[in-house]
Amino acid sequence: MISETPRPSRPGEGAVARLSCLALQPILSRIVRRIAKKHSSLFARLGPHQTTDFLIDPVELPFALHLRPDPQALVFRAVPRHAAPQAGAVIRGRFLLLLELVDAEEDGDAAFFSRDLEVSGDTEAVVRLRNALDDMEDSLAEETAGMFGPPGRAILARFRRAYLNTSTEEENP
Amino acid sequence: MSLAELICPAGTPAALRTAVDAGADAVYCGFQDATNARNFPGLNFTPDELAASVSYAHAKRTKVLLALNTYPPAGKVDLWRQAADTGARLGVDAFIVADMGVADYIARTHPQVRLHLSVQAAASSPEAIRYYCESFGVKRVVLPRILTIPEIRQIRGEIPCEIETFIFGNHGLMVEGRCSLTNYLTGQSTNMDGVCSPASDVEYARHADGSMASQLAGFTIDQFGPDEKAGYPTICKGRYTAPNRPQGYYAFEEPVSLNLSRLLPELIEAGVHAFKIEGRQRSKSYVRGVVRAFRAAVDDIKAGREANIADLVALTEGQKQTQGAFETKKWR
Repeated sequence: MISETPRPSRPGEGAVARLSCLALQPILSRIVRRIAKKHSSLFARLGPHQTTDFLIDPVELPFALHLRPDPQALVFRAVPRHAAPQAGAVIRGRFLLLLELVDAEEDGDAAFFSRDLEVSGDTEAVVRLRNALDDMEDSLAEETAGMFGPPGRAILARFRRAYLNTSTEEENP
Repeated sequence: MSLAELICPAGTPAALRTAVDAGADAVYCGFQDATNARNFPGLNFTPDELAASVSYAHAKRTKVLLALNTYPPAGKVDLWRQAADTGARLGVDAFIVADMGVADYIARTHPQVRLHLSVQAAASSPEAIRYYCESFGVKRVVLPRILTIPEIRQIRGEIPCEIETFIFGNHGLMVEGRCSLTNYLTGQSTNMDGVCSPASDVEYARHADGSMASQLAGFTIDQFGPDEKAGYPTICKGRYTAPNRPQGYYAFEEPVSLNLSRLLPELIEAGVHAFKIEGRQRSKSYVRGVVRAFRAAVDDIKAGREANIADLVALTEGQKQTQGAFETKKWR
């Protein structure tokens, strides 16, 4: 188990994080239930790490995501960083990078080599999660956006454009 | 005549379908056990998954090669024999083997299935290769990454089988199939358990200044500065201090990937039959990008056009690439 060093917080950040988490929770629960139902085979690749607590940390968002991929008791929730649980493994990067990794639009090893992706804690748990997600055929991002109809898809497209623009600027400053 | 087949990696069924759709001539993969050299957590195929994958590949005229390229511990051959029996039953097009006992079993039991000699056998001389051909009916050898193109051309003229060479990916070219570095630190064997730097023994420690240390079994094997590109946590790519090298240096190899895209015409001319892309442990994104790039390049060359090679450096280890020994023995 690892604990993360709390980052210095900005004034009001805690309140924003708590509110964001509350607002997001119903959506996250819906997403994870749908994925678990539609892609049940991914649990086999997780093996003994179905009960590992993952902390997924999108660095530019005011909260982190806590995932425990236990098919009997799925947990996927947004948590303020200061209240994040003890995690077996931590995966950290920009939100859209994490989303692109889940969707196999980016390569995890390449993101690790470039240092855009950080992992700590139980490396085997991270490798199993990565391989389980990589074996999914559909785009999780598209599927999730589709749950919210045209507005959801529009928001995803906007996110992706912003991510591509930022990546291009970083490569060609 | 060189067929310039493209042999592509698949760590999962989804990656296999990606490779097939991206233009692979053949895909290589393994079971979820110690019978192959990428026995990584959450990776590889169950027999049912392989059956469906063989059907998918064959429907699109792509071959499936099953890697059985580890060495059974003495007296414990059942797992390898069962894997061979299952692979033959499911209709794989070839077995990639390293161990003579495994090769002998397949040659006797499943003579209808082609045998390819894995790079893990480290057969780099005409004499060694001919031995495998004459004794077990090996049809193709995957050459170790230590030979220049003139040497490959010379070997081609002295052996009765096809040649496959790596063209892209991990560049761990210690004496392949003989490396015991992981075993030394973790107790698990790359060659018998199929695990180089098992993930369960790997840990990354991030420091306050942004630097990161990679550790294997509690031993720090490299430390990357805040803006430095990282590599795989393998001992052979580690950076170590020594009395005369207090700053640390790559004692064995550097974190760098092989990329022979610019040497493809010479390799074809030298008589190489098949080009192998390393990376069963990599994602669908890697498979899609690399296979598409090399498919286009090989097709261009075969059609007499100049190949337009996509820039693949972003997918390389440490974001560095080399032509290694294929260009010159002075590469290191």
